[in-house]
Amino acid sequence: MPRGYAGKFLDVDLTREKIEETEIPEEILYRYFGGRGLAVKVLWDRLGRKWSSIDPLGPENILTVLTGPLTGFHPGSRICVSGKSPLSNGIVGATAGTEFAVELKCAGYDGIFITGKASNPVYLLITDDGCEIMDASHIWGKICEETIKILNTEVKRILTKRKPRIGLWREPSMIYIGPAGENLVRTAAVLTKLVHAAGYGGYGAVMGSKNLKAIVAKGRGPLPDTAAPKTVEILLNEYHKRLISRVRMRQWGTGYAGYAVGANLSSEPIRNWQEEWHDERNIGGPKYSARFWVKPYWADFNCTLSCMKISCIKSGRWKGDITDMPDYELEAYCGTNLGIFNPEDNVHMSALMDNLGLSGINAANTMGFAAELYQRGILTKEDLGFELKWGDAEAFTKLANLIVKREKIGNILAEGTYRAALKISEMKGIDVTRYAVHVKGIEVGAHGIRSGKDFHDKCYAANVQGGDHTSPAADPSPKDAGVWTELNAVFADSAVFCMFAVVPDLVWELTYAVTGWRIKEEEWCREQGRRIITLQRVLLLLGGPDIFWTPEKDDDNPRRFYEPLPTGPYKGKAAEKTVVERKKKEYYKAIGWDERGIPTEEELRRLGLEDIEKEVKKLRKQ
Amino acid sequence: MSSRIWIMRDYVRCSGCRRCEIVCSLSHEGKIWPEASRIRIFAPFPGLEVPHLCAQCDDYPCVKACPVNALSTDEKTGAVIVDKEKCTGCGACIESCPGKVPYMHPTENYAVICDLCGGEPKCVEVCVESGYNALRISNDPGVNKKLHAIEPEVIAKDIAVNLFGEKGEEVI
Repeated sequence: MPRGYAGKFLDVDLTREKIEETEIPEEILYRYFGGRGLAVKVLWDRLGRKWSSIDPLGPENILTVLTGPLTGFHPGSRICVSGKSPLSNGIVGATAGTEFAVELKCAGYDGIFITGKASNPVYLLITDDGCEIMDASHIWGKICEETIKILNTEVKRILTKRKPRIGLWREPSMIYIGPAGENLVRTAAVLTKLVHAAGYGGYGAVMGSKNLKAIVAKGRGPLPDTAAPKTVEILLNEYHKRLISRVRMRQWGTGYAGYAVGANLSSEPIRNWQEEWHDERNIGGPKYSARFWVKPYWADFNCTLSCMKISCIKSGRWKGDITDMPDYELEAYCGTNLGIFNPEDNVHMSALMDNLGLSGINAANTMGFAAELYQRGILTKEDLGFELKWGDAEAFTKLANLIVKREKIGNILAEGTYRAALKISEMKGIDVTRYAVHVKGIEVGAHGIRSGKDFHDKCYAANVQGGDHTSPAADPSPKDAGVWTELNAVFADSAVFCMFAVVPDLVWELTYAVTGWRIKEEEWCREQGRRIITLQRVLLLLGGPDIFWTPEKDDDNPRRFYEPLPTGPYKGKAAEKTVVERKKKEYYKAIGWDERGIPTEEELRRLGLEDIEKEVKKLRKQ
Repeated sequence: MSSRIWIMRDYVRCSGCRRCEIVCSLSHEGKIWPEASRIRIFAPFPGLEVPHLCAQCDDYPCVKACPVNALSTDEKTGAVIVDKEKCTGCGACIESCPGKVPYMHPTENYAVICDLCGGEPKCVEVCVESGYNALRISNDPGVNKKLHAIEPEVIAKDIAVNLFGEKGEEVI
């Protein structure tokens, strides 16, 4: 077993209530690491040949909950949640910052593969003594805040009763879903620490489909042995010095950007991306820090960047709402994109999403889409039961609750933006997919491409994770030191740590010191990274069962991005189809895919992926 | 003038980064081992991080309570020192501690208590370096130590109100 790994994985079949411990050979770990990479490999091995017929919300789907070899050692511990995505029908590696990942490794496990469906609501309890299936009927239906409260108390009581002699038991750490995941809302997140979410991909709904409310872990062992412990210590000291010197990120997190991305870059979603520029200085930055931040430096395990901040509203109609900064993405998606420019309302909407268990990016994108349809008279008061005007936080609160309960139009919007667009088009007899800002079913992150000053032409169109802004498609060859590209993002999601905390010139040294694998960026970007992306690409195109993507039609930006920006310093600018097409093809070629974006036989052989050639051949013929 | 030091704690400044646990366990156990760290950050609810470690009470109830004289005080620093060989793991020190600070080592049969690193505590070093200053060194002998030997949940309830106002009464 290579160093950095606990050495064991859990295989949980909820239908048969069977739990087994498994190991994964070093050769596979070296090729896929953990997290996103290992999820892709295991999902291919176990489901690949029947992929198109697997219902992401059916018992056959596998929910993967994985750490990686660097988890706990690299600043910013995270957990990677994956499976067949109910939004893209491919695979997204969704990560969230949490001590859960460290507890899991300290309990002796690198990850969990969960299949089947429990007959009643359950949660998993993982300790040094193994994994148990526990009754969760008393927390089913509870909002996230309540869920944390109850499970913290309950699990501490159970552990104290079992082993009273050790003294005070510390709280466990957990990942969980809210009512949104329970009700199979496709934009439901898997959440942790009240305000952190693995949002892209819709894995909250996958958990819900398995009747799995939470996974709670408490490990009393050490983190696994490393290959060069002294070097790890020295590197960590250097890492922290560098992180501590990043003054701006430490002070503001991404919370300053609610103003900056709109005002300076013209790439912030406003009213369902009808605009991308604003000059409203009340959104984000010093306003939020002065008014809401009760904990201005909040960190995940082993991170001194502490770019998280806790916000609380202490007066007025949203009194008692707690969320993080909100971070930039939610300042935009739970703020400007809903026409909300009032800071209190923005914090409230963000806290609401956290508590209901909705992804603050994805589900809020759907709400913005619905509001535009209301603006255009396509959705009406009769469809909703109330008026849905831009900036009306009360109305959006009602809408979020409709979606979570799947009531009225909420039942359609709970399918995610693209599926909702298809259904509403049919219902109203008018094509509304042009207002759906998604790529391959995944709602696009809050960074636009039209101004040319932020994200780039083909980054979503060619992305194996659709609209996910954390891993946009980019040139596969390693750039100059310090440039963090798509394949580096795949590395962060597979070695599983926070990419905000990465120090590019030290990360490969740390990898060597922890694992003993002398892997360099160049090798990762030529071998492992491309192998993972290529497998993801193939599974995404295999798709199904309800929706299949075709490269010609679906490797594209949302139609909105081709409409000229109506306001701001970049007024008139838009994505250009010919440029997008050219850059897409350059990307395909550079990454070893043919001109339609299908991996070539030669590339598959180079990557040792001959076993998928049969499926890929079918894609080439389509 | 005493050379004794005391670790001052400012709970609301704790970021929850747990670097204190990392350096403590590396120094005492040679591994990153949060549950064997002499300082442990409790968090009964997200955001309510409570650094929990020995407060060196003036009357040392734990030392008095030990039936086998496994606990003693360090002349120089005032820290409680556990004699691993003598300790039987009976838990009397935990029971007698007003803050329930000592706990049993995860794999060995003895109690673990902060030894102040012989006068240069590593946890304080990194907390100050990181700019949080949730932990700092005081040389002032006038500190009322027992005010800090309190169970983390009790402290967290107060932090909750401090941070979240009325809402804080609900979260734990």
